Amino acid sequence: MSGIDPVVLFFLLGVLAGALRSDLRLPGAIYEFVSIVLLLSIGLKGGIELARQPAEGLAVDIVAVVAMGFVLPLLAYPVLRWVGRLPRPDAASIAAHYGSVSVGTFAVAVAYCARLGIDYEKYAPLFVVLLEVPAILVGIVIAKGLSRDTHWGRLSHELFLGKSIVLLLGGLAIGWIAGPEGIVPLDALFFDLFKGILAIFLLEMGLIAARHLSDVLRHGVFLVAFGLVAPLAFAGIGSALGHALGLSTGGVLLLATLAGSASYIAAPAAMRTAVPEANPALSLTASLAITFPFNILVGIPLYHRLALWWTQGP
Amino acid sequence: MATHLRRLVTVVTEANLERSLVDDLEQLGARGWTITDARGRGARGRRTSGWEQDGNIRIEVVCDPELADKLVQHLRARYYDHYAMIVFLHDVEVLRPDKF
Repeated sequence: MSGIDPVVLFFLLGVLAGALRSDLRLPGAIYEFVSIVLLLSIGLKGGIELARQPAEGLAVDIVAVVAMGFVLPLLAYPVLRWVGRLPRPDAASIAAHYGSVSVGTFAVAVAYCARLGIDYEKYAPLFVVLLEVPAILVGIVIAKGLSRDTHWGRLSHELFLGKSIVLLLGGLAIGWIAGPEGIVPLDALFFDLFKGILAIFLLEMGLIAARHLSDVLRHGVFLVAFGLVAPLAFAGIGSALGHALGLSTGGVLLLATLAGSASYIAAPAAMRTAVPEANPALSLTASLAITFPFNILVGIPLYHRLALWWTQGP
Repeated sequence: MATHLRRLVTVVTEANLERSLVDDLEQLGARGWTITDARGRGARGRRTSGWEQDGNIRIEVVCDPELADKLVQHLRARYYDHYAMIVFLHDVEVLRPDKF
């Protein structure tokens, strides 16, 4: 393995600057812009490759990945509720965060593959879309039951037309329609700048994580342990599924990374409106200050080993 | 110059709630409002508005005292328990009473 990826160093810089109370602060609009470009880049890349080489047997993959999205929070919930002794709304909310996915973590994994020249199934961005919503639905149902108080109409609008789904699917569609040649004029922004944009995104993520770091210990050892063990266990499940679906090493790595990642955008927003009793500080601290740093610093290289073990044997 | 007395209701709360609050305002019959992004510090910690999960908004509604009352009751019943929210009221003078 060749050293640490410089984009990860930007994350550490953000954490350091935040911890030392530097006045560095990215305006909200910049964060928004940077994440929009990242989502579109990931979508476009997948779309172009699909245009070049249509994926076969995709239906089985789609069903299996969605099923995993429903199962992961059901595995997390009992641990949070009975081992962690958390109240039901909090346990359900954290389970939803960990069953859902983080596009930021996925972007770092994609950069990792590109840097080491690892091939992966080009429709992998589709996994992000498929895994985002199911866990959030499960979390809400665990917390509230199929209650009439929940505004399912507004909620599903929020979930299925959320920024990340619209931009990823939109990017996939545009890339697929335009094809590799058609996208060339846009390469400079979406592909050549990808790592630079990712670096700025990670700088901001570092600043945000630093803000939550001081909360980590207040919430106790269990949350820290969960934030470190859950990604490992879930990445194990994701890699096993990737292997069962016959994905390449890179594909297994990406599916493991997605399963091991925890949402910090779609899930917090949805849980805040649907399950207001849950304390958002718990789930955000675990997802942002523990699991996200763990995944990009330690997790992804580890999931790479895991993927190699599945595809090439011990 | 003749002025008319109305109430100004100011709500400072989580940016997440904007859609839901706008629905409430429409249902209760408010005729206009102004929403601005905000940041600050309160009982639920620092709200820096650095990114989407961490922002506040300030909603201002100028209306007659009856609607102001209804609005405050509704907000207290529906949001006070679980959300970061403060509401305060002012008497204000307006020039065009038919507008508020």
